[in-house]
Amino acid sequence: MSLLSIRNLTKTFGGLTAVSDLSFDVEEKSVVGLIGPNGAGKTTVFNLITGNYQGDRGDILFDGAAIAGLPIHRIVTLGIARTFQTIRLFQNMSVLENVLAGRHCRMKSGLLSSMFKPPAEKREEQEALRFALGELAFVGLKGQATQKAGSLSYGNQRLLEIARALATEPRLLILDEPAGGMNEQETEALVGLIGKLRERGLTILLIEHDMSLVMRACEKLVVLEYGCKIAEGPPLEVKSNPKVIEAYLGAD
Amino acid sequence: MEEFFQQLTNGLAVGCIYALIALGYTMVYGVLKLINFAHGDLFTLGAYLGLTLLTSLGLSGRLGPLLGLLLLAVLVMGFVALTGALLERAAYRPLRQSPRLSAVVSALGASIFLQNTIMLIYGARIHVYPQDILPKVALEIGGVSIPLVRILVFVVSLLLMGALFLFIQRTRLGTAIRAAAIDQAAARLMGINVDQVILIVFLIGPGLGGVAGLLVGLYYGQVNFTMGWVYGLKAFTAAILGGIGNIPGAMVGGLILGVIEALGAAYISVAWKDAIAFLVLIVILIVRPTGILGERVADKV
Amino acid sequence: MIDAKYKMGGFIALAMLLAVSPLFLNAYWVDVLNSVGLYALLALSLNVILGDAGLYNMGHAAFFAVGAYTAAYLNTQFGVPILWALPISGISAGLFGVVLARPVIHLRGDYLLIVTVGVGEIIRIALINNVFGVTGGPNGIFGIARPELFGFRIRRPQEFFYLIWGFVAVTVFLFARLKNSRFGRALDCLREDPVAAEGSGINTGRYQLLAFMVGAAWAGMAGCLYASKMTIISPESFSFWESVLIFIIVILGGAGNIAGVILGTFLIIGLPELFRGFASARMWFFGLAMMIMMIFRTEGILPHRPRIFKNLDRLLP
Repeated sequence: MSLLSIRNLTKTFGGLTAVSDLSFDVEEKSVVGLIGPNGAGKTTVFNLITGNYQGDRGDILFDGAAIAGLPIHRIVTLGIARTFQTIRLFQNMSVLENVLAGRHCRMKSGLLSSMFKPPAEKREEQEALRFALGELAFVGLKGQATQKAGSLSYGNQRLLEIARALATEPRLLILDEPAGGMNEQETEALVGLIGKLRERGLTILLIEHDMSLVMRACEKLVVLEYGCKIAEGPPLEVKSNPKVIEAYLGAD
Repeated sequence: MEEFFQQLTNGLAVGCIYALIALGYTMVYGVLKLINFAHGDLFTLGAYLGLTLLTSLGLSGRLGPLLGLLLLAVLVMGFVALTGALLERAAYRPLRQSPRLSAVVSALGASIFLQNTIMLIYGARIHVYPQDILPKVALEIGGVSIPLVRILVFVVSLLLMGALFLFIQRTRLGTAIRAAAIDQAAARLMGINVDQVILIVFLIGPGLGGVAGLLVGLYYGQVNFTMGWVYGLKAFTAAILGGIGNIPGAMVGGLILGVIEALGAAYISVAWKDAIAFLVLIVILIVRPTGILGERVADKV
Repeated sequence: MIDAKYKMGGFIALAMLLAVSPLFLNAYWVDVLNSVGLYALLALSLNVILGDAGLYNMGHAAFFAVGAYTAAYLNTQFGVPILWALPISGISAGLFGVVLARPVIHLRGDYLLIVTVGVGEIIRIALINNVFGVTGGPNGIFGIARPELFGFRIRRPQEFFYLIWGFVAVTVFLFARLKNSRFGRALDCLREDPVAAEGSGINTGRYQLLAFMVGAAWAGMAGCLYASKMTIISPESFSFWESVLIFIIVILGGAGNIAGVILGTFLIIGLPELFRGFASARMWFFGLAMMIMMIFRTEGILPHRPRIFKNLDRLLP
C-alpha cells in the first residue's frame, strides 16, 4: 500500500481552479518529484496535504487514513513534515532552538511540569537536545547550533528547515524547492543528503525546478500543468513525454 | 419616532466626527502599519487651537460666522497638519525599521507628550467655547429639529470626506497612497516616493483630525486636554470596525459607531454607552475578523 | 561564560540590596517599592502574553480587576482570608482570560489589541454600574482585610514589602523556568512565526490560550495582593491608562526579557517618584523620554536573546 495517496483532489480560489481532479500515489520509502511550470499548482498541492488549505473535493489518505480537514499540527504529529518555499525559520531564535521546535510534538511536558521541572521533564529536555543536535549534525549544521537562525546563509537556512522537519520524526518529508537559492556545490550536497534521508527509510515528496536534481534524486515524477496532472512515471520516461515537453516549452 | 430621529441625527453627527478622526488612523495605518496613538491628541490640539483663534482673533465677528469659521477651519487644519508632519519626522521616522511595538510605544509617548504640552499651555481645567458664534436656529423636518451646528458638522465632514475620497481615487498622489498601502516595497520599486506618501498622509490625517477637534468644540461647547484619549480610542475603534487601512471603511465605521452609541445611550442605557460600542465591535470582529470593509488576507504559505 | 557569571552576580547583589532596603528606607519609599513590586507582577504576567507569545493585549487591567474584585468579594462577604483568596483570584482571572480569548484569539495583531482595549473598558464600565450587585459601583468595595500569615497580620508597608516582593521572587523563579522549557519555546515560536510554528507541529491555538490563561491568572493574583494592601478598591484603579502603563513597561523594558521587564518597572513606576517636585511637567518629560528611549533602544532596555544552552558538547553524538 502506498504511504500517501491523493484521490481526485480539487481546490479552487474564487473562480480559479488551482488543483483539478488530481490523483497520485507516493510509495513508502520512495522519492517522488512534483514538477511543472510556475503557477501549475504544485505548492497548493503541498498546502492541501499539510492542512494549510482545505480542498473542495477529493481525499488525502496517509497510511490508509483520511487526513483532510485535520489541523496542521495534528498532521505533523501523524508523520508528515514540511519545509517552506519561502524560508520560514524562527529568525531570531538560535539554530538549535529552531530544531527543538520541531521536537515539540514528540515531547510531553505541559505547563505545570515546564514550571516545576520534575526529573522526567529534565530528562525529556536532555533527550530532545540530544535528538536535535543529532539532526543538526545530520544536515551538517552542528557547528552553527548557537547562532541566530537568521544569520545563516541561504543554503544553510534551507538545511535548517530540513533539520527542523526531521526533528518531528516524520515518515513523509515534503520539501518545497529545497535547492532554491542554493549554489551548485550546495545543490550537489543536497542530492547527497536526499540519498541519506532515503537510506534512513524516509519517504520524500519534493517540488523542484532544478531538473538535474530531480532527474537524479527522484524515482517517480508527477507533472502538473494548470492544476491537472499531465504525466506521471519514471524521470526518463516523463522527460521524453511530448505533453511535458510542450508544457515546458510553451510556458517559457 | 421623533425621539428616534433626534437621536439618529445626533448619532450621525458624532459619527461624522469619529469618521474624520478615524481617517487619520486608517491612512497612517495603511501606509506604515502603525497605530498612531498621538492622533487623538492632535485632534485635541485642533480643538484648543480653534478656541484660541476664535477668542483672540474674533474671526467670526469680523467676517461673519460662515466665512469666519471657514478661515478658522483652514488655519486649524494647516497648523495641526504641520504638527502631524513634524511628529512623524521626530518620533516615527527613526523607528521605521524597528519592531512594530516599539513604534507603538513611541506613539504612546508622543501622545502623553502632546497631551501634557496642551495641559502646560492651557491648564488642566475645562475650557468653554464662545456660545455666540453660530445663530441659535434649527431646521425643522417633520417635527424633528436639527440645530444649525449639527448641520454644520454634517456639511463640513461630508465635504471633507468627499474631497478626500476623490483625492484618493482620482489623483496620481492618491493612487500612490493606495499603492503604498497595499505593498510599500512594491510601490517603491514602481518609482513611488514612499517618503513623500508618508508625509502627505501625516499632513492629511492630522489636518482632518484638527478640524474634527474644532467641530467637537463647536458641537459640545467645551473642551478638555484629555479628550483626545476618549475620542481617539473611539475613532480607532471605528477604523478597526470598518477594516483598518480602508478609507471608505473608516467613514462607514465612524458613522455606525456614532449611531450605535447614540441609540444605545437613548434606548438601552446611558451608563453602558461605551460598553455597548465595544461589545458591537467585538461581535462584528468575531463574525468578520477584518472589519466590515476590510479585505480578508489569507496567510500566505 | 565569565560574562554570564558576572551578570548573575550582579543580579544577586541587586536582589539582596532590594531585600534589605526596607531597613534603611522610610515608609513612603517602601510604599513606592511596594507599588513597583505590584506593577512588576502585572508586567511579568503581561510579558507572557505580549512579550513571549506576541499577542497584543492592551486590556491587561481587566484581569487585574477580576482578581482584585474576586478577592475583595470573597473576603468581605464570606470572610475568606486574603491568602486563601489568592489562588481563587488567580483561577477566576485565568478562566476569565481563557473564556475571553477563545473567540477572539485568531484576530490579527491590531484587531486583537483593540478588542482587548474594549474588554478592559467593558469590565471597568461593568464595575462602575455595579454589575450583579456585587462590585459596589463607582465607590467600589471597602473594608478588605489585611493578609495574615501564620497568625501574623501583615499591616505596615515594610511587611507588605516582603509579601509582595516574595511573590515577585517566586514569579521570576517560575517564569524563568517556564521560558527555558517546551512551553516557553512554543511561545517563542508563536511570536516569531505562527504559521511556521503550526507547521512544525505546535498546536498554536492551544498555546495562545494557555499564554492568556497564565498571564491573566498572575494578574489576578496581583489583584488580590493589591486589594489587601489598599483595603479599598474601586473601578478607577483599573482604567485604560493602567493597561497602557503595563504595556509600556513590557515593551520599554524589553519584551520577553524578565530582567528587562523588572528594570522597566523600576524606571516607569519608581523613577517618576524622584521627580514629584515637578508635578505638572513630570508627565511631559515622561512622554518625551518614552519617545527618546524607543528611538535609541528600539528593542527595549534589555532585549530578548536566544537561550544559551550549557555543555552542549557533552550531548553531541
